[in-house]
Amino acid sequence: MNFVALKMLTGDRAKYLGLIFTVAFCTFLLENQTSIFVGILKRTGSQITDVTDAEIWVMDPKTEYFEQTKALKDTDLTRVRGVDGVQWAVKLFKGGPVARTPNGKFAVTICLGLDDATLTGAPRNMLLGSWQRLREPDSVVIDKAGYVLLFPGEPLELGRTLEINDHKVTIVAISDPPAPFLSFPVMHTRYSEAVNFVGRERTELSYVLVKPQPGVNAEELCKRIEAQTGLRARTSEQFQWDCIGYYLKNTGIPVNFGITITIAVIVGVVVAGQTFYLFTVENLKQFGAIKAIGVTNWRLIGMILLQAFTVGLIGFSLGTGMAGQFFDFFSQKIPTRGLVLLWQSVALTGVAIVFVMIFASILSLRRVLVLEPAVVFRG
Amino acid sequence: MNTTRNAAVRARELRKHFGEGPMRIEVLRGVDFDALLGQLTFLVGPSGCGKTTLISVIAGLLDSSGGEVRLFDQNIERFSATERILFRRKNLGFVYQQYNLLPALTAAENAAVPLLAAGVRRRAAVDLAKSVLVNLGMGNRLDTLPSKLSGGQQQRVALARALVHEPRLILCDEPTAALDHATGESVMELLAENAVHPYRAVIVVTHDTRVFHHADAIAHMDDGRIVKTESRHRNEIEMPEFEDAIPMLA
Repeated sequence: MNFVALKMLTGDRAKYLGLIFTVAFCTFLLENQTSIFVGILKRTGSQITDVTDAEIWVMDPKTEYFEQTKALKDTDLTRVRGVDGVQWAVKLFKGGPVARTPNGKFAVTICLGLDDATLTGAPRNMLLGSWQRLREPDSVVIDKAGYVLLFPGEPLELGRTLEINDHKVTIVAISDPPAPFLSFPVMHTRYSEAVNFVGRERTELSYVLVKPQPGVNAEELCKRIEAQTGLRARTSEQFQWDCIGYYLKNTGIPVNFGITITIAVIVGVVVAGQTFYLFTVENLKQFGAIKAIGVTNWRLIGMILLQAFTVGLIGFSLGTGMAGQFFDFFSQKIPTRGLVLLWQSVALTGVAIVFVMIFASILSLRRVLVLEPAVVFRG
Repeated sequence: MNTTRNAAVRARELRKHFGEGPMRIEVLRGVDFDALLGQLTFLVGPSGCGKTTLISVIAGLLDSSGGEVRLFDQNIERFSATERILFRRKNLGFVYQQYNLLPALTAAENAAVPLLAAGVRRRAAVDLAKSVLVNLGMGNRLDTLPSKLSGGQQQRVALARALVHEPRLILCDEPTAALDHATGESVMELLAENAVHPYRAVIVVTHDTRVFHHADAIAHMDDGRIVKTESRHRNEIEMPEFEDAIPMLA
């Protein structure tokens, strides 16, 4: 009877295609929105993950996320270095100066000042030039997206100059770091340069980057640092989750994405359910005839679930293909770089589609199960 | 000839009502009815007299409210739901007024549905259905969808579907009602030629007086009762005992 179920399903071409496209678009929306949601949240901590040399970030006790910095005292660096288990600790500055091109175009930047001696935290993924050139005076490394923003339509080129707070700096390398949450250019320079770009303040140290000694557990060391210095210390992973948590709690991002995802599920359930229900109701006499012939209710349930599973599988595959194409195309674009279709998103959407199709089948199943086979004798 | 031995269907004092209290409607009011093996039995009567309800109860599609109906000497109302379905699948064939063919299946596939329901493999089922359709003069429309068939052709497909699994009782509900006289006549001829068999009974519910001449017996029904029974030309065939010839619930 599986063959009969599939022929019944595909026989009504319009409804069959309608069901498949409903599931496909529901799949596309779910995979698209969940992947973008996760991608955007990951951006909130992209500067943290970009620092691969250090494992621990030390900051003001009240710091909740990367963008929110309150300068530490210079002596805090020494205090952190004095904690047992610290292999090394270096300073990191984070500021937001305005960079202006010679032709007047300007943008607020994310400026990271690296330890002058070690350049810890320098971007490793370079498109042009080398991060070691940051040792040159008045040099900066700018990310590709920032370069394109400041020099639109112009080829990537080293040696171009920017003016930052009356300082003329030279681009010595172009990096390709993970996209930041805000679409600002990401600039790396030496600590001593960076503090000049934003104007001297009494304290300037944004973060202390720490490397634990070999064999020392990073989380344990964080606790020790906090206990001994009164500062907040987080592993890179913890700090990244802090950022995600902050944006989840304090912005409309989860609500907006949540609404879209919920609507996708509701529309999927309602449209697929309604179409499937109509499909069943229109075939009710045929189901009655099959029932009268001697097909058991279990077999009918199997037939309807097979129809739902088939529609779900084809629609899900199509939708996943569409989502794959979408991300393949948009991940090449600068504003949407780094947003990828996550396998977790595909898996979760698969589970959601199973539920959509089960809900869609339930109404139809009910009608068929309570159907009196004697209905076939009524003209 | 012992009619009890030959009776495929034997209903006694059969009652059926729908609803309760002031809404209660008595549809069958003590029906006594027999349908014999090897015979084409017509069940006739005015609209609303209970014909369709009677064959629904006989088929086990509805439960009676009283009395007894025995099919091949067994009271199927005592069967479990599953046993009843299996009994129906094996022993009953149906022909409906509106054909009730599955629109997405070809003629051969439609005719094969009872075999598919019984678990026969698709190719074997369709091949067998094709041979039945060829016998019914549908050899050139085997792979045609119902929507491309005339009413008479659709009813032949429905007849093939009723015959393909060789049931012992075929129930036809107004099989000619949707057809013109000539087509209805040819369908009844096919039914009489192909369905009537010494081991099989055929019950036809009809209003169509023009096809009465095909009947071996006619039961007239009115107001929920059989009011008259007439035997036309009963086939005098020596019948085997049920228990020898008809295995129940294979």
